Amino acid sequence: MVIDLAFIWAAIIAFAVLAYVVMDGFDLGVGILFALFPDKKDRDVMMNSVAPVWDGNETWLVLGGGGLLAVFPLAYATILPALYMPLGLIFRGVAFEYRWRTKRWERVWDVAFAGGSLVAGFCQGIALGALVQGIPVVDRAYAGGWWDWLTPFSVATGIALLIGYTLLGSTWLVMKTEGELAARARRLAMQLAFATVAAMGVFSLWTPWQRPLYLDRWFGFPTAIFSVIVPLLVLGCLYLIVRGLRTGRDAQPFLAALGLFILGYAGIGISFYPYIVPTSLTIWDAAAPPASLSFLLVGALVLVPIILAYTAYAYWVFRGKVRHGEGYH
Amino acid sequence: MFEHFDALVLARFQFAFTVSAHIIFPAFSIGTASYLFVLEALWLKTKDKTYLELFDFWKTIFAVAFGMGVVSGIVMSYQFGTNWAVFSDKAGPVIGPLMGYEVLTAFFLEAGFLGVMLFGLKRVGPGLHFLATGMVALGTLISATWILAVNSWMQTPTGFAINENGQFIPVDWWAVIFNPSFPYRLVHMVLAAYLTTAFVVGAVGAWHLLKRTAPLRAYTMFSMAMWMAAIVAPLQILAGDAHGLNTLEHQPAKVMAMEGHFDSHPNGAPLILFGIPNQAEKRVDYAVEIPKLSSLILKHGLDEPLAGLDTIPEDKQPPVAIVFWSFRLMVGIGFAMLGIGMWSLLCRYRGTLDSNVWLHRVAVAMGPAGFAAVLAGWVTTEVGRQPFTIYGHVLTAESHSPIAAPAVATSLIAFIVVYFFVFGAGTFYLLRLMARLPRDPSPELMEGPIRARGITPGPAHGGTHGH
Repeated sequence: MVIDLAFIWAAIIAFAVLAYVVMDGFDLGVGILFALFPDKKDRDVMMNSVAPVWDGNETWLVLGGGGLLAVFPLAYATILPALYMPLGLIFRGVAFEYRWRTKRWERVWDVAFAGGSLVAGFCQGIALGALVQGIPVVDRAYAGGWWDWLTPFSVATGIALLIGYTLLGSTWLVMKTEGELAARARRLAMQLAFATVAAMGVFSLWTPWQRPLYLDRWFGFPTAIFSVIVPLLVLGCLYLIVRGLRTGRDAQPFLAALGLFILGYAGIGISFYPYIVPTSLTIWDAAAPPASLSFLLVGALVLVPIILAYTAYAYWVFRGKVRHGEGYH
Repeated sequence: MFEHFDALVLARFQFAFTVSAHIIFPAFSIGTASYLFVLEALWLKTKDKTYLELFDFWKTIFAVAFGMGVVSGIVMSYQFGTNWAVFSDKAGPVIGPLMGYEVLTAFFLEAGFLGVMLFGLKRVGPGLHFLATGMVALGTLISATWILAVNSWMQTPTGFAINENGQFIPVDWWAVIFNPSFPYRLVHMVLAAYLTTAFVVGAVGAWHLLKRTAPLRAYTMFSMAMWMAAIVAPLQILAGDAHGLNTLEHQPAKVMAMEGHFDSHPNGAPLILFGIPNQAEKRVDYAVEIPKLSSLILKHGLDEPLAGLDTIPEDKQPPVAIVFWSFRLMVGIGFAMLGIGMWSLLCRYRGTLDSNVWLHRVAVAMGPAGFAAVLAGWVTTEVGRQPFTIYGHVLTAESHSPIAAPAVATSLIAFIVVYFFVFGAGTFYLLRLMARLPRDPSPELMEGPIRARGITPGPAHGGTHGH
């Protein structure tokens, strides 16, 4: 039997991107929510709730980007020029340290943290939208226009992703904080849960019309089965979030919000497969030669479980509620 | 303002700018991570609180510098795709897996244990915390290893074939990673990182010795830094010499540019100390030279022949003046570091290491020297391998993305503005942190069994809570 290396790698990269979206999603969401929590003490706690783990979360983005270069170099070379990544991540990244180093400029770095998170999340949503629309490739190179990524659809996906990230952020705060801060986060999470599901609905109704391929996937047999099951599961997650928020099971809303993201992600995956740059390149078109794929695969199969283990350990070390005055600053 | 430049020039300038801004932080954090590891080890071994205080002091500085390194590094990894898509497509099958391994073995290790190192001492206890510090330090070194394998492969590519799409295909991974210049470059860079940190630590120690606020801690770090200078600076000069001989073998045009040798010298080449390279006229104006010395250094014989740039086609020559000057700057700083190291040994022998004001002043002035040397060294090696991105195979002019000049210009301006703002502020905070070494405890408190941490004046903001 021939092992389909390209398929295995597509799965690994897809996993890395999903890990990134859900993990950095909640800490970007916390950043965006800074705008709604003006009190300094609340902000201290909010930032400290993600400070020990944010760097690891963003490493999954580097793995997604670096992995693309390694195993799907052609996709990397064509997706990225079309999606010129702006600078939000820089501002929010440095704000984690800078904010504690100054009194006079604390507000400046608060704005940098919230604004950077907002810009980064919005851009990722736009990038997703641009990818779903499809990217033209001619002669192994990007063949689209300068402003192709900017359409009503991509802006809508940007907004939808922001709503989703703030849901992750607010449920994270419900889980990690207490008192008045947690109570506010709980109220926000309730509203954002419905907003997120509504945004997913709009996205799902809009996407099939972007490409004939998607229409076929969504309404053709057998993939149409998913078109029935996924919405039901989404409603199930919504129910779990609402119940968790009402009954005070503080971890449940966060976990159910992760479930929403995984479902949405699976839906996109089903629409795409086997394209990596819809509808120009399949995973086999873009794959690196087998020597490259297998060399890195050996390492990934050993290292990714180890990484997951010590990442889980780091989360375990910082488990429980964060109180004001914790952190090393 | 940018209408006179094409996309290639702008993309090259953008890469040079962002990579220069980036290399400063890893160069410092590689050394600082190892330094933190040593400090914590000494604290655990001797139970001397001074080491723990120094650990906390440098830990905060490390965290700020590391954060700047991470965000400037994200820009680098994406820039390959945005500006250098052709290069990424061609070289991806070879360098991509190496960078993938860097992420898997180094970045996750650093990021996973950084949180524990910064925030977790009370939660996990000293043993596991020490392990976390060790993992962060190990991560920085592993990261350096992979990225230097990538860079070295681009300088001296081996172990590959080229397929019908013009892509580089790995044939022998061992040869790809252990390409001819890799061991030399790796040693040279890691030593450079250690020296850079040593001179920063030395400058901070010397500054506080001059200010006399915390003589005990200031002397401890100054003394450690001067040991590093005395031991590592000579090693670095030897490593640099070996690296130079390796370059002569594999990239002779680079050495010709470093030496300013436009002409071949069949009977022993002179060492040009100074001069103004004139590439148009193919000569070095106002040259001050020592006859035959270059042949002695590079070929270990006074009359050994040494080829010049006249043996290299003009369109394959690097820009001489930049390489010539950056090389001299790097070597000059290296010997100045050696001088300080030797001077410190003399002072140590005489027992004046803590009191020689002039040594302290010079050490403060030399604080940024490591960064200048690292940048000068990278300029030498990167400009020296032009006009190629993959030496001998892919021209820089054939590597960039099909994007228009205005697109590159816009992002370039954005990067310049953002970097000056963000990294300017960061450098300011770093300097301020370095200037705020908590006072040594007064003697009666030191004799007590427990020293309350609360009495040390903390940083102005963030309070003294924590730990």
